[in-house]
Amino acid sequence: MPDFLAALLLQAGYNATLVTIGAGLLGFAAGAAGTFLFLRKRALVSDAVAHATLPGVAIAFLVMVALGGNGQSLVGLLLGSALSAFAGLWLVEWIARTTRLAEDAAIGAVLSVFFGFGVVLLTVIQTLDRGRQAGLEDFLLGSTAGMLLQDAQTIAFGGALTVALIWVLRRPMTLVAFDAGHAAAMGIDTRRVDLAMMGLVMAVTVIGLKLVGLILIVAMLIIPAVTARFWTNRVERVLWTAGVIGGVSGYVGAALSASAPDLPTGPIIVLIAAGVFALSLLFAPARGVLASALAHRRFQARVHRRQGLLALVRAEPIHDPLTLRILRAEGLIRRDGVATDKGRALAAKIARDERRWDVARAVHQDTALTGRYDGLTPIEDVFTADQIADFDARLGGPQPVGG
Amino acid sequence: MGADFVQFSLTPILIGILAAIACALPGNFLILRRQALIGDAISHVVLPGIVVAFLVTGTVAAIPMLLGAGAAALVAVVLIEAIRRLGGIEPGAAMGVVFTALFAGGVLLLEQSDTSRVHLDVEHALMGNLETLIWLRAEGWGSLLDPVALASLPPELPRMAVVAALIAVLTLIFWRPLKLSTFDEGFARAIGLPVSLIGLALVITATVAAVAAFDAVGSIIVIAMFICPPAAARLLTNSLAAQVWWSVALAMLSAILGYVLAGYGPLWLGFSNSVSAAGMIATVSGVILGLACVVGPYRRRVGVAVGA
Amino acid sequence: MPSTLTLAASGGAQTGAGPDPASPLCLRGLTVSYGDKPALFSVDATFPAGAMSAIIGPNGAGKSTLLKAALGLIPTVSGQVTVYGQPVAAARDRIAYVPQRASVDWDFPTTVIDVVLMGRYRKLGLFRRVSRAERALALDALARVGMEGFADRQIGQLSGGQQQRVFLARALAQDADLYVLDEPFAGVDAATERAIIDLLKGLKAQGKSVIAVHHDLATVAGYFDHVFLVNVRAMAEGPVETTFTPAALAQTYGGRLAATHLDQLALTVR
Repeated sequence: MPDFLAALLLQAGYNATLVTIGAGLLGFAAGAAGTFLFLRKRALVSDAVAHATLPGVAIAFLVMVALGGNGQSLVGLLLGSALSAFAGLWLVEWIARTTRLAEDAAIGAVLSVFFGFGVVLLTVIQTLDRGRQAGLEDFLLGSTAGMLLQDAQTIAFGGALTVALIWVLRRPMTLVAFDAGHAAAMGIDTRRVDLAMMGLVMAVTVIGLKLVGLILIVAMLIIPAVTARFWTNRVERVLWTAGVIGGVSGYVGAALSASAPDLPTGPIIVLIAAGVFALSLLFAPARGVLASALAHRRFQARVHRRQGLLALVRAEPIHDPLTLRILRAEGLIRRDGVATDKGRALAAKIARDERRWDVARAVHQDTALTGRYDGLTPIEDVFTADQIADFDARLGGPQPVGG
Repeated sequence: MGADFVQFSLTPILIGILAAIACALPGNFLILRRQALIGDAISHVVLPGIVVAFLVTGTVAAIPMLLGAGAAALVAVVLIEAIRRLGGIEPGAAMGVVFTALFAGGVLLLEQSDTSRVHLDVEHALMGNLETLIWLRAEGWGSLLDPVALASLPPELPRMAVVAALIAVLTLIFWRPLKLSTFDEGFARAIGLPVSLIGLALVITATVAAVAAFDAVGSIIVIAMFICPPAAARLLTNSLAAQVWWSVALAMLSAILGYVLAGYGPLWLGFSNSVSAAGMIATVSGVILGLACVVGPYRRRVGVAVGA
Repeated sequence: MPSTLTLAASGGAQTGAGPDPASPLCLRGLTVSYGDKPALFSVDATFPAGAMSAIIGPNGAGKSTLLKAALGLIPTVSGQVTVYGQPVAAARDRIAYVPQRASVDWDFPTTVIDVVLMGRYRKLGLFRRVSRAERALALDALARVGMEGFADRQIGQLSGGQQQRVFLARALAQDADLYVLDEPFAGVDAATERAIIDLLKGLKAQGKSVIAVHHDLATVAGYFDHVFLVNVRAMAEGPVETTFTPAALAQTYGGRLAATHLDQLALTVR
């Protein structure tokens, strides 16, 4: 555990510190860039982009070797991966735009074919003398073990750069992610913003290749954004929340991995983020599963209670077992279904409110009422006490209950 | 095409063909339902499934592996559906969360456990080992009639044959409800079809295909065959029946051409080593889809596409 | 009781609380919600047999939701639905449903006759071959909507009006007693609207019941016998002559109908 603390406090050596900071920055960038994708309902485009990097890595290696190098330059490999990721992304959009195939089919086709072709190239490389030690397989799952100083610097610098870019572009991208049509009407070139968004996703993917690998970088782009969505409805807050979740997962995951060598960095980062997701899914206030299940039960009880009272107003028999149970539990009806005094009193109030609503709807025929006369919204929530007193004046004296 | 071919190429090609068909058949409906990526999700969660199965049983025998993979795929499908419904998350994102998280869990378990003695690693799960599924006892075409030689066929072949046949029969039996509920879900419900059950059954069928196929051919082919042949077929015809037949034909073509190109292509080019057959089959299916995208007679969208 | 209350909370209220076994579609206390907002609240309705009924209300008032909940296509919070006195599940053979045209992907790889034959699914099941009689029935349904020449046409090649006619032909092929249509006239040409309304009136003449979600207030009085006004809650229900009044419309639509529009409607009603 002291090792972990040391790593967490950036005391575990220069390389590990750089990687940890880089993972934190990359996690933040991935969370934020992924939010734009998620809000545009294109989360899985990242899957295609990530898998499409593989042939680029292999080709870059082959080209560097052909030019006489040893093919190990991380910058060179990442450049190659960016180019093929861009080709994959372009193909996804081209297929979805020009053919009848939907985007999901285009994504699946591009990711499997590019990946398959990448594997073909990897087997070619394995037959080369130099290729055996190339370690290109590391790009599948990432590997921080034995990472070179310049690799760590590349990751830290790239992470910082993407975070800076997101900061610069946050306004137009937030607007487009929230409502593309409205953003376009405001004079924002949504096409260019979409392109910038995809550029960011590609940058995050490419920088994350060495750290977490091409399969798990998808997780860093998707999980924080989906998690943040459980905590807030506001676009800007989703963005920063996702960034923080991604950043913390990246930072803590990389520190954990640095202190325990048999914990691979990528999976640890992803599993931390997935843990935060699972907790949010279950327990987030308002949107979490537990909260919404309770809210739905309360809502259902309100509906049945109200319907039961309306039936009492009209002196109709109640058949629905849940309605009967709720009214009995509150002591509004007796076991034989006859209303108690309390039930009659409440029914009288409901009957009065219904008559008030009738008057209100006759008097206020404006859009302010739209959607408020839904049987559950109390009239006091919509009109002021003075207005209600006015309705009562128009109604005249108290009315008897029951038809 | 002599004894060598029967010994070294016949069984891998046959297994490749059967795996491709088994995946392409449900793929047709998944594509029309905008669920093409469910195959992608399933193939990724196969890894944690086999790792857990290995940790539980301590062996790499086929049956526990297949059961583990199948169980993991089912868990993933249930989780995706739960997140989609309970959290109100769009299906693509729900899928992305589940399969990447489970995959990460699989990789972690793999690294933590001692699997050095056994052939169990990520690359194997991704790329399969089609090239090694040879028929050593075969001495030529005559061996196809020799019970002793037949008994030593790689077990993947009969297994894949059974799965492909099962999926073909299921597709045939449930053709009408599948087509009806894929085209018009509301109408299907209104006439009393169990629409949700049909959707679940389709995904389970896809899971069976994916799990049976990954063991022999790896995840890449599985994802590629779920999508590329049916997608290409979609651009070649406007009839669902014809589309399904085309997808089967294109899946076979991809498997044969891909295997041959992987095995012999480099030799023709003067290299001495073959390349990954799984990768090449996926690549060929992509080239076929690419051609269909450019020249397919029905490549353009018609009608009122809604929700796209 | 004051008259305003009878207008607002009418529907099944006066006919007693039990379902009406003669009604092709009878709703009691139907509540449907999206999240924690009622889309429909405690709706009672008793649609009459052998008549053409319109479901009317502003956008977002829950008209389509009402049809879907009544047919068991979406979950309900509370309430009871009967079709000719039976639960919906037991009466599927008697219902023909025409969903909104835009609810399906018309790029689907199939032909017009195939779509119409989908209406015969409950008779055909998984295996029964499409006999000559079944095919003739489907072709006859197409002829009744004026699409006899289109049987083998790709559905993607149809115009909006033709798509609607094909959906209607599929419903005719079901040979049901109750026809439930979700906005059958949305986005169709005038000729198609005329053809559809003639056909529906023909069905009525055969004693069948028709219930349609309808948008165009100007044609309500000409097309329908019975109206059901809804805006989350049931606003009014009854024969067109007595129920489709400016006062009831004003209450249903709130401020979203201009007074001049209401006056014009009043003229068409009278």
